Amino acid sequence: MNRVAIPLAVFGALLALPLIGLSSYTMHILVLVLMWTTIGMAWNLLGGYCGQVSFGHAAYFGVGAYTAGILYFKLQISAWWGIPLSVAVVSVFAFLLGYIVLKLRGPFFALATLASGEVLRITTENMGEFTNGTLGILIQQRTWIEKTWYYYIILAIAALTFVVIRKLVASKWGYYFVAIREDQDAAESLGIDTTRYKTIALVISAILTGICGAFYTNYMGYIDPHIVFALHDISIITIMIVMVGGVATEWGALIGAGIMVLLAEWIRAIPGLGASHQAFFGILLIAIIIFLPNGIVGDLPKITRLFRRARA
Amino acid sequence: MSLLQVQNAYKFFGGLAAVTDVSFEIEPGEILALIGPNGAGKTTVFNVVNGFYKPSKGRISFKGVDISGMKPHKICKMGMARTFQVVKPLQRMSVLDNVIASAYLRTDSKEKATAIAMETLKFTGLYEDRDVISKGLPLGKRKRLEIARALATQPELLLLDESFAGLNPTELDESIGIIRRIKERGITIMIIEHHMKVIMSISDRIVVINYGQKIAEGTPEEIRANPAVIEAYLGEEQHA
Repeated sequence: MNRVAIPLAVFGALLALPLIGLSSYTMHILVLVLMWTTIGMAWNLLGGYCGQVSFGHAAYFGVGAYTAGILYFKLQISAWWGIPLSVAVVSVFAFLLGYIVLKLRGPFFALATLASGEVLRITTENMGEFTNGTLGILIQQRTWIEKTWYYYIILAIAALTFVVIRKLVASKWGYYFVAIREDQDAAESLGIDTTRYKTIALVISAILTGICGAFYTNYMGYIDPHIVFALHDISIITIMIVMVGGVATEWGALIGAGIMVLLAEWIRAIPGLGASHQAFFGILLIAIIIFLPNGIVGDLPKITRLFRRARA
Repeated sequence: MSLLQVQNAYKFFGGLAAVTDVSFEIEPGEILALIGPNGAGKTTVFNVVNGFYKPSKGRISFKGVDISGMKPHKICKMGMARTFQVVKPLQRMSVLDNVIASAYLRTDSKEKATAIAMETLKFTGLYEDRDVISKGLPLGKRKRLEIARALATQPELLLLDESFAGLNPTELDESIGIIRRIKERGITIMIIEHHMKVIMSISDRIVVINYGQKIAEGTPEEIRANPAVIEAYLGEEQHA
């Protein structure tokens, strides 16, 4: 019952939220939260359920973003077509990268994914003809000035992602993903084609991330390699969102994204702090790992117990 | 025709010959025990048979098909399952989910996988523990979970790697009972074991390995009387 009621209630509340007349800035924050929630959920499928911790999801975000950008820049086609097209383009990239990186395990896998993001960034920077290099791509005419439609589009993407991942996790594939996370050798000896299922998890995770990238191009109206292939601002933040919210939990990405986006905004507003807001993220992450290793959603019983004790 | 044929199998790790020229066959329906002192290469033989290692030389065939160098998941799909000496439960999954994950090998439907898993858990006496997160199981039950998980893949040949080590006498008797019942189901078993009492009571034939080489093969009575075996293995144990 709750498994249906709670998501519907959350979805209903998010649908109704713009009706109360929020400021453009608040809407912007909400759009970012939903976008990061989607990326977080996508990463969680691969990193949380399948146990393959990727430090390179910026690769897929960036490829999605550039699919939309290049459509507009080179072919003068609406960048919105980038959303459906990114599914195909990102799948190809995920297959190719997956073929290389999924042969590695644990920290070696993490490092290889990290490198794959960086390789794509540098490639994009140097393919000036095709990508406009470090100058980036500017969408001259935004579709809407208002944020409301963007909000509803990303809400639809997020809701769809939520449903897709829930269905997947409950299926045979979901069992196989978790089995691979828990012990790859045991999984293999139980008849699970680990390479195949890791590739499936990676490709689905990459597609969902890439869709967000394509959305980002349309929403922000400007992309360059340093923004969309960023190691710290995309790859690492994605991991932090899931870690803070709760790895391998359904709601972790939403909670994590909410906290991280708001925190980033608040800290950025402190005058004279500049780029050192990154340090706060670092400290937060350390604190979370020490005190709430399963994230806020994962350690919810622990948190409620603490509060109850404080009240007593 | 034999179910499994190992023909002149070698496995080298760098310059170290872990398995040298080992050949044996398993007939359908029998229990074959693989024994030998610690470090003799028993688990390596298992790993070569189930596909974790590609044999450096030689040929492994299962049901008449050459499986040397085939991936473990394919070999498992063909009907060979194994347990691990160092138990590898899917730690953060419940006992039931562990078994469901392997039952999915023969079906795509969750209902069928759950039904197979439930049946397997009852068969191995783990039904009461089905909701326990497997990290929290005592060793004896973890060993049995390994067997349950392997059985849920509905194998024809089951490889058991020291499924009795570290069990107390009660658990030992339970596990012997389970092995006997598995055999009654027509599943062929190959077992690595140190417990002589277990080996002598359940196995039809025994293959003895020492320093990676096969030194003897025969019925439990023949092995018990074999001087090479006594010297290499049983003799040492008596001195200890």
